[in-house]
Amino acid sequence: MGHGIYPEPRFRSVGDRALLVEYGEGIDPECNRKVRTMASLCQSQDIPGVIEVVPAYRSFQLIFDPFAADPASLEASIRSLEARLDAVEAPPSRIVKIPVCYGDEFGPDLAYVAEHNALNLDEVIDLHSQAEYLIYMLGFTPGFPFLGGLDKRLHTPRRETPRSEVPKGSVAIANGQTGIYPLSSPGGWQLIGRTPLTLFQPQKDQPISYNPGDRLVFTPISKEEYLLIEKEGGS
Amino acid sequence: MSEQFLVVKPGSYSTIQDLGRYGYQDLGVPVSGALDQFAARAANLLLGNPESAAVLECTVIGPTLAVLRDAELAVTGAALDVKLNTTNLPIWSRFRVQAGDLLHLRQAKKGCRTYLAVPGGFDVPMVMNSRSTCVAGGFGGLHGRPLQKGDFLPAPEMPVSAAPEIILSPDLIPEFGTQGLQLKVVPGPQDKLFSKGGLETFFHSEYVISPKANRMGYRLEGPVVERDPDAEQSIISEASLPGNVQVPADGQPIILLVEQTVGGYTKIATVISSDLPKIAQALPGQKVRFQPVSLKEAHEALEEQERHMQRIKDFLTESNN
Repeated sequence: MGHGIYPEPRFRSVGDRALLVEYGEGIDPECNRKVRTMASLCQSQDIPGVIEVVPAYRSFQLIFDPFAADPASLEASIRSLEARLDAVEAPPSRIVKIPVCYGDEFGPDLAYVAEHNALNLDEVIDLHSQAEYLIYMLGFTPGFPFLGGLDKRLHTPRRETPRSEVPKGSVAIANGQTGIYPLSSPGGWQLIGRTPLTLFQPQKDQPISYNPGDRLVFTPISKEEYLLIEKEGGS
Repeated sequence: MSEQFLVVKPGSYSTIQDLGRYGYQDLGVPVSGALDQFAARAANLLLGNPESAAVLECTVIGPTLAVLRDAELAVTGAALDVKLNTTNLPIWSRFRVQAGDLLHLRQAKKGCRTYLAVPGGFDVPMVMNSRSTCVAGGFGGLHGRPLQKGDFLPAPEMPVSAAPEIILSPDLIPEFGTQGLQLKVVPGPQDKLFSKGGLETFFHSEYVISPKANRMGYRLEGPVVERDPDAEQSIISEASLPGNVQVPADGQPIILLVEQTVGGYTKIATVISSDLPKIAQALPGQKVRFQPVSLKEAHEALEEQERHMQRIKDFLTESNN
């Protein structure tokens, strides 16, 4: 059983058109599973006035039309859904493989991460690619996964000076977290590798190939394989 | 579909927006959309469009557009100097243009954002249920970016109506002050993490909008908002909402707007829906004060705004008959 899960959800009004529903204190897989299960239950229920359900680590936010719903009625709807929670399965958790070319120009901070943790380059790659990472939530930029499960031996502080542009596909570490930049953006994480996959495809029905609750596995590939996948369009 | 305009000068930051992209925030895709939704809706109403049709949002300095075919247009929002060739045109109005005309949307004198509507709305592709431009993601709108010189702006071909040109009556046009801005906020969701003194500072001080103000958010400068010394500096990342007033470690508030889905800083208060257009029209250097209101007062203010919109609809129905 997870730590710090509330016996009952806690509700917080956000302005006049959102309600935060909180399930616990910390970053915890069990609490996050409850969040995702309830969020997808809400999404499937067509609760009157609800425009969108946005799950995060330990809470989800209901955005509603203030002319069609209010926090009190939504709280009641969620409490009655809660009663059915035991009979509901969590959304399926898939394993999604992400090919990564580690080091060199694709991972300019790999050596720093190794040095910081007194490891050699291969040990860093092995530790990083042997784990399964739970996607707690997506955000910051489209498709940016907030992942859990980074080995303690790889924890590395952020760069002192953020880069003004981190190339899209970069796989990176900051403190106890690892993640991927699906789009080029500024960023202060330590870059250890890059995937040739195009992770965010806005024109597709499914713009991002993974969802919160899925698990990411990073598979090391050579530079030749990287270039081949990239040439084929990154899919 | 065909081209309505050729962009001669792009303006400082002109993007195609509708009323936003909902249903993809769980993937980290922001809502985007027109910042001043009241003005964007009114621009569409002036032309008889659906309120959600895609419009052009211009920031401070608008574009110069070469008109490629006859049409009726509408402009609302900031009090901008609009010229059709050499003739001045009023804002919050509908007017006809002809192929070969040059439409200049120049510098805003009051307010920040102006909306240009075309009959049927700008015909850019729907991406994830919306035509709004998300510049950070590089998608939506016209090629996922602000206008550039030489762009063609597509709009559906529609017969030019014989309806008269219209200016909204002055009492229907929202006022944008260049002076202090009073924003109504509902405290929370994390107001409890601030000290009593911090809350007092926030609700009784004047803040200045810094130059770091864009569609992502407006950074403010002023007295430091102190938090409860025992409370965490940041929270575990959670969904954000346009209007959230986030206070990072430096104690300087940031009003979050429409280009992000999550945040990890404490939110002391949230600007009510009906005051979001006021922020959209505010400029760096302007002063801001926050006034706490109840949920009930927030709803009353929103109902009043919708009554205002209804008066615009009634005015247009009368003018069109």
